[in-house]
Amino acid sequence: MERRTSRRDFLKTAGGIAAGLGLGAVITVEPARATPAEMAEAIRKVVGSARVTPGKVTLDLPPLIENGNAVPLTVTVESPMTEAQHVRAVHVFTEKNPQPNVVSFHLGPRAGRARVATRIRLADSQNVVAICELSDGSLWSDTAGIVVTLAACLEDGI
Amino acid sequence: MASALINVPARAKRGEIIEIKTLISHVMETGFRRTQLGAVIPRDIIRRFVCTYNGTEVFRAELHPAIAANPFIVFSTVAVESGTLVFSWTGDHGFSATETAAISVD
Repeated sequence: MERRTSRRDFLKTAGGIAAGLGLGAVITVEPARATPAEMAEAIRKVVGSARVTPGKVTLDLPPLIENGNAVPLTVTVESPMTEAQHVRAVHVFTEKNPQPNVVSFHLGPRAGRARVATRIRLADSQNVVAICELSDGSLWSDTAGIVVTLAACLEDGI
Repeated sequence: MASALINVPARAKRGEIIEIKTLISHVMETGFRRTQLGAVIPRDIIRRFVCTYNGTEVFRAELHPAIAANPFIVFSTVAVESGTLVFSWTGDHGFSATETAAISVD
């Protein structure tokens, strides 16, 4: 009698193929990405081991952006910006870009106002963190979530 | 030579906080992209931006590949005296550009 493929065998084989394809897809699609843990490590490398408290900093990002290649970013810090009390630096980090560091601004009392702006690239919808370093050594942070429709870094090269 | 755009008010009152906007043309190639043949496109970015006011550094920024092409940086400074502001950008492959702006303070 001719042996026909049983339902059980068919499902086993189909499942195996699907799993194989799935695994292959994961391996080929997943680009090099930083993780929140890597971001925390990068933050430690830049600002040291001191405690970072949320507050004082305002990170201004649009909640949703179509093109991740140029996202306007503004960081404002509440500070009188005097010789005795000023912002020493502002650092920006991302969770899921290939590299967590984005930019470091170094200001001083000569800035007059603690407000800096630039345009950044974002590879995915993610959280962006701004950390400011005050002249007394304290660290303050703000986090903003953003949804990115078209990610940076995905377009074809030359 | 890269072209840069600088926006600094020509005149200001002493002690006034002036906003400075700078834009420079640069690809800011991240070093994470690949060509269609799979070869990595080497990184080519501006690493550092410095602004000096009559020789004193008032602002500095360290840039990473996550800065958009044609880096646009906005910051502020206090108009203390008439003089020149010098802006300089340095980066990979010996990239270097300098621009100056004059300001008169009364």
